[in-house]
Amino acid sequence: MSLIHSLNLSFFLFLLGLWGIYLNRKNLILVLMSIELMLLGINMSLLSFSISLDDLIGQMFALLVLTVAAAESAIGLAILVVFYRSGHSINVDYINLLRR
Amino acid sequence: MYLSIICFPLLGFLISVGFGRFIGRRGAATLTTNFLLLSFLCSCVCFYEVGLCGSSCHFTLSPWFVCHLWDPNWGFLFDTLTSVMCVVVTSISSLVHLYSISYMGEDPHLCRFMSYLSLFTFFMLMLITGDNFIQMFLGWEGVGLASYLLINFWFTRLQANKSAIKAMLMNRIGDFGLALGVFVVYEVFQSVQFETVFACAPYLADTRIVFCGFDFHAYTLMGVLLFVGAVGKSAQLGLHTWLPDAMEGPTPVSALIHAATMVTAGVFLLGRCSPIYEYAPDALGVVAIVGALTAFFAATTGLVQNDLKRVIAYSTCSQLGYMVFACGLSQYTLGIFHLANHAFFKALLFLGAGSVIHAMSNEQDMRKLGGLAKILPLTYGGMFIGSLALVGFPFLAGFYSKDALLEVTFAHYSFTGDFAYFLGCASAFCTAYYSFRLISLTFLGQPNGSKRNYTDSHEAPLLLGLPLIILSVASVFVGFLGKDMMVGLGTSFWGNAVVSFSGHTTSLEAEYIPQSIKHLPFFLTVFGAGLGLTMNRPTFGSKSALKPKASKLPSLSHASYTFLNRRWLVDKVYNDWAGLPGLNFGYLVSFKALDKGILEAIGPSGIALSLPSFVSRLSFVQSGYVYHYAFVILLGCTLILTLFTLQHTLFVWLDLRLGLGLLLAMLGLFPKVII
Repeated sequence: MSLIHSLNLSFFLFLLGLWGIYLNRKNLILVLMSIELMLLGINMSLLSFSISLDDLIGQMFALLVLTVAAAESAIGLAILVVFYRSGHSINVDYINLLRR
Repeated sequence: MYLSIICFPLLGFLISVGFGRFIGRRGAATLTTNFLLLSFLCSCVCFYEVGLCGSSCHFTLSPWFVCHLWDPNWGFLFDTLTSVMCVVVTSISSLVHLYSISYMGEDPHLCRFMSYLSLFTFFMLMLITGDNFIQMFLGWEGVGLASYLLINFWFTRLQANKSAIKAMLMNRIGDFGLALGVFVVYEVFQSVQFETVFACAPYLADTRIVFCGFDFHAYTLMGVLLFVGAVGKSAQLGLHTWLPDAMEGPTPVSALIHAATMVTAGVFLLGRCSPIYEYAPDALGVVAIVGALTAFFAATTGLVQNDLKRVIAYSTCSQLGYMVFACGLSQYTLGIFHLANHAFFKALLFLGAGSVIHAMSNEQDMRKLGGLAKILPLTYGGMFIGSLALVGFPFLAGFYSKDALLEVTFAHYSFTGDFAYFLGCASAFCTAYYSFRLISLTFLGQPNGSKRNYTDSHEAPLLLGLPLIILSVASVFVGFLGKDMMVGLGTSFWGNAVVSFSGHTTSLEAEYIPQSIKHLPFFLTVFGAGLGLTMNRPTFGSKSALKPKASKLPSLSHASYTFLNRRWLVDKVYNDWAGLPGLNFGYLVSFKALDKGILEAIGPSGIALSLPSFVSRLSFVQSGYVYHYAFVILLGCTLILTLFTLQHTLFVWLDLRLGLGLLLAMLGLFPKVII
């Protein structure tokens, strides 16, 4: 498996995450999952480059991103729970309070 | 002492305008008049020394603008031309001052009036004594300013305000031409000093100059542009409309403006610039033709005017036409001579008219006068002499200048010469007609005005009558006294002040023209005078004069009467085709469409109006939906990536700054379209 293939995969994952965010109109959990997917894609590309360039720094970053992603998803889920508690719904369509 | 000629009027002006409150009305009047008389005495000495003894005088007071080649000084040049003008200006002006003491005696603003008169005289003297074009221009503008103040003297009268503005604007058009002419002079000669310019004139006669994209003979251009200035100031055809309207000022003002000072500035300019005009035959042709047309136009218009002062105003216009075409045929000395003579009899006519108006409770309409010869014998005598002098009756002032002028004009053997001669003869006929029509309607026949005016009227008091007497004497003798000196064959009076080539002057040829031609103006004059006297007596001598008779006239006569009475409809043409479109342009195009339109739309108010709605429209993008934000982020990233990737191919044909400008312009121009 060459660098190109793994990069394609990571780019596709990233795009999938992006699309997931803006095509999804319903579920907030799906948004969080898409963000995870994007971070996964980024991790993938970091690792691929690390292998390809024979450099450890990429893997160090991948570990860092992993922790960041975990923390972020924890905080995100916490916000989601708070949001559900106040709004009794996790429908994305209802989250347009920022407008006003 | 030469300087005091100029300083006395200035001093009179300053004291009268500054301390008029303290010295009182009579004090101011006496003071200014005495200052003017002193100035006149100095002018007489100047005339003796410069004119008769032939020692012209030139001195520089101080530098004015000294910058590189630009060299106007405060300098004063007293040559023959200036000394003649000085005598004319100061003598007429002091008589007008004297006259005003009585004529304006009841006016509460006598101080102001006298100070303006002195200011006028001062600027006129500045104009004629300046030794460079710039100082002359100072006087030129100053005279215009003073005329504005004087015409507008009764500033509560709407008509006076309008007339003053008109005078100022018409003059300003001419001044613009004069300024351009001075620029051309400086461009060609690199100097504005008369001595330098005129000394270099023969050597640069072939210069060509590019003006407004066209290649001109420099002197022709110069001459025509300077003449535009003269046209404005001397009320030649085209810019003449201000002169009859200037009658709104008090009568002494009319006497000053029309007789001696303002209008003569144009002729003075032509005489002064004769070294340039002599090398520009085309410009001379323009001058001659415009002058002749003016003489004819004003004379025909004067035929049917019913306002006492307007008749004299048109006669001024006509006589100025004579002077100007004399200058246009290189007879500058004749033009100046006629100017000097004209100053005396025209001042006489105006002051006489003022006396009539004064006696008749400000009645100016000739149809409501009549039969005044018995009541105002002195005025009648004065105006009769003035009219005889004006029409060129033999051995009076006008004869020596006007008939001589027509003779040399005929002897000029050129198209312009013949043109000017025939128009001049026709004008002489008309002049005689309207002068004696004026005499007939005002002084002869039966009274046509109200009885009250006649019972109240009285002969002019001493201060009013004295100037009339002096001017009558002058009108009789000045021409005879001055003829050999000023325009006699081979006179050395003018020295270098006025240049005319021997090939251009025809004073000798004039002696050999046919007798019939020589006599023609005289016969025309006598014929016109007789016609003026006889035709107006039976028709207008009775009460029926006040009834409108025009309806009984045949339609052609009626039409021509209306045409002439309304001054060839020039005013109407100007108002309809120049004034109104100009005002409309100013309001609709440059104000509404440009200033308040386009510039406002792409400027402050356009942005201020369009931005809020634009921004609120823009804020709809802020939908609040997360997926919209995500989409915009995606779109933005894609756009930036695309731009970075394709920048080399993209920016070849798209300039970002241009695009930004276009965007702004569209924002302003079509706020509703965009938003």
